[in-house]
Amino acid sequence: MNAIEQSGRAYQELIKGIWKENPIFVSVLGMCPTLAVTNSAINGLAMGLATTFVLIGSSLLVSLMRKWIPKQVRITTYIVIIATFVSTVDLTLEAFFPKIHKELGAFIALIVVNCVILGRQEAFASKNPPWLSFLDALGMSVGFIIALLMLGGIREILGNGSFFDISLFGSHFEPWVIMILPPGGFLLLGFLLLFFNWLRAVRLDRAKLEAEKVKVQHG
Amino acid sequence: MNNQPVHTEIPIVSSAEPSSLRLIMTLGIAGFFSGLILVSAYVFTLPLIERNKEEALQAAIYRVLPGCSRYDAMILKNGELVKQDKNAAGQSVSRIFLGYSDSGSVIGFAIPASEPGFADVIRLLYGFEGTGKVIVGFEVLDSKETPGLGDRIFKDKHFVSNFTALAVEPELEAVKTGAKVKPNQVETITGATISSKAVIRALQKSLKEWRSAIDAYVQKNQLTYNQRP
Amino acid sequence: MGDLLWIFISALLINNFTLSSFLGICPFLGVSDRVDTALRMGLANIFVMLITAISAWALNTFVLIYAPYLRLISFIIVIASTVQFVEMVIKKFSPDLFKALGIFLPLITTNCAILGLALFQTTKEYGLVQSLFYALGGGGGMTLALVLMAGIREEARILDIPRVVHGTALSLIVAGILSMAFMGFAGLFSSK
Repeated sequence: MNAIEQSGRAYQELIKGIWKENPIFVSVLGMCPTLAVTNSAINGLAMGLATTFVLIGSSLLVSLMRKWIPKQVRITTYIVIIATFVSTVDLTLEAFFPKIHKELGAFIALIVVNCVILGRQEAFASKNPPWLSFLDALGMSVGFIIALLMLGGIREILGNGSFFDISLFGSHFEPWVIMILPPGGFLLLGFLLLFFNWLRAVRLDRAKLEAEKVKVQHG
Repeated sequence: MNNQPVHTEIPIVSSAEPSSLRLIMTLGIAGFFSGLILVSAYVFTLPLIERNKEEALQAAIYRVLPGCSRYDAMILKNGELVKQDKNAAGQSVSRIFLGYSDSGSVIGFAIPASEPGFADVIRLLYGFEGTGKVIVGFEVLDSKETPGLGDRIFKDKHFVSNFTALAVEPELEAVKTGAKVKPNQVETITGATISSKAVIRALQKSLKEWRSAIDAYVQKNQLTYNQRP
Repeated sequence: MGDLLWIFISALLINNFTLSSFLGICPFLGVSDRVDTALRMGLANIFVMLITAISAWALNTFVLIYAPYLRLISFIIVIASTVQFVEMVIKKFSPDLFKALGIFLPLITTNCAILGLALFQTTKEYGLVQSLFYALGGGGGMTLALVLMAGIREEARILDIPRVVHGTALSLIVAGILSMAFMGFAGLFSSK
């Protein structure tokens, strides 16, 4: 494989997590933190960044040590590595950002059982060199952050009339309080997935139509 | 990164069946390094975390006891209020705080209280002046009450103003908005009656728990409070 | 006693583990297409939760006061080994039960409801009995949500719904409506 193909592959690994294999909108993984903390944009962003740190850190480490970890104990080792990163993030947030730590509460510690992270170790980092694992983790993290920001942003705008605590509509706006309550999380993600289903269906229909047109022309 | 191998499927282990010793070794090494990182992170962040907690507590106490600038943590020992030993400070004992002003005179007690509200437990801190037997300040520490309705127990200025000079004797009483005539009455919030009443119940419960000890302490030490303006 | 009842009802209904605290969403979306599997999954969960509550309480009281930084790691390891142990015991003494629960037990290890239970009971500073009631309520709440969801999805299979409304999108919207319904339980304890 030559250099161009290699950088093409690297680009692919980076970009796939953002849209094509987006961990939330396409794979529907890691739902607990996604729904629980996205009642405001800032909380969504904080959770996204914390997860990014854990994901990139553990992917790099797992990838570097992939040849020395016997496969019988690999899951346990991954979990120990992930839990170490999560505990560190937890302590750091509590020390430097006590307000955000209080808002996110136990859900920071619950990053450990976020299936996205363990999933990437098992599916990618354990089989690929550090550089590609880093790109894969980075792409997935960006995809995760985009999804969390989208959910948190929409929920905050509709449910509180603000975005990153900046009031948007003035005092005349009656907020849709339900959006920042638990049902709002379920409903918004449900409707977003519905929208993506619909996009996909439309695209599929169009492709089918094109194919039939071609058939008719040739037939 | 051009000299990186590009084959994706590198076998995880080269040997066929690693010995149990090797498995245990791997886990042991992982555990060792993990422990090392955790301990250093903990040692590094502990002072900051403790300071944050202390600052948050201090800010809340100063808000519920206007004029307070210094405080002691107090615990119950054999039914009597005593100063908590700083070295034996444990989180699990319930404590209240005795606040002093700049000049060293006693301002009052800051007491925590909690009670199930509309959604989840409401945790609050209130200032209590022992001789006048009035509540002088109030702050919600933690609540999951409904935004826009129940959260008015700390966002509604009129409701919070109930607790700037609230007599606790003969006992706290809930009345409708605008109906307050006696100093022991609390005006509840229209649309958030349940949350308002939960606050009153929390105060009643906590007063019942601490009143006798506080009264005894006030009598024993012949505390004289600052005259509030 | 009122306190224990509140802890139980709160985790079961008012602050339902799944529909309001978002714990255990993975099985909620994954294994909720048939009522009987949902029920079994729920029961397996309650069982593991009760054992976790005891172990987490023991760890908190006897070990972690000396080394609080090991909390997360020790919880996870205890949960993973508990699940494995429970699996072996059930396999030995009740092969029928093992057949019924079998595939769900390993799944429970990565279920955030179990770790969530251990973490929340720590932050709420519950004692042993309180933790057990909390586990019972939380597990019961999860089972309730799972079974309700499975019931609705069984019905939805024969309904005439638009073809883009399927899979997770449908489940999430149903969950949103269920979650709204559970909000009606708020105030259950304080409307005196």
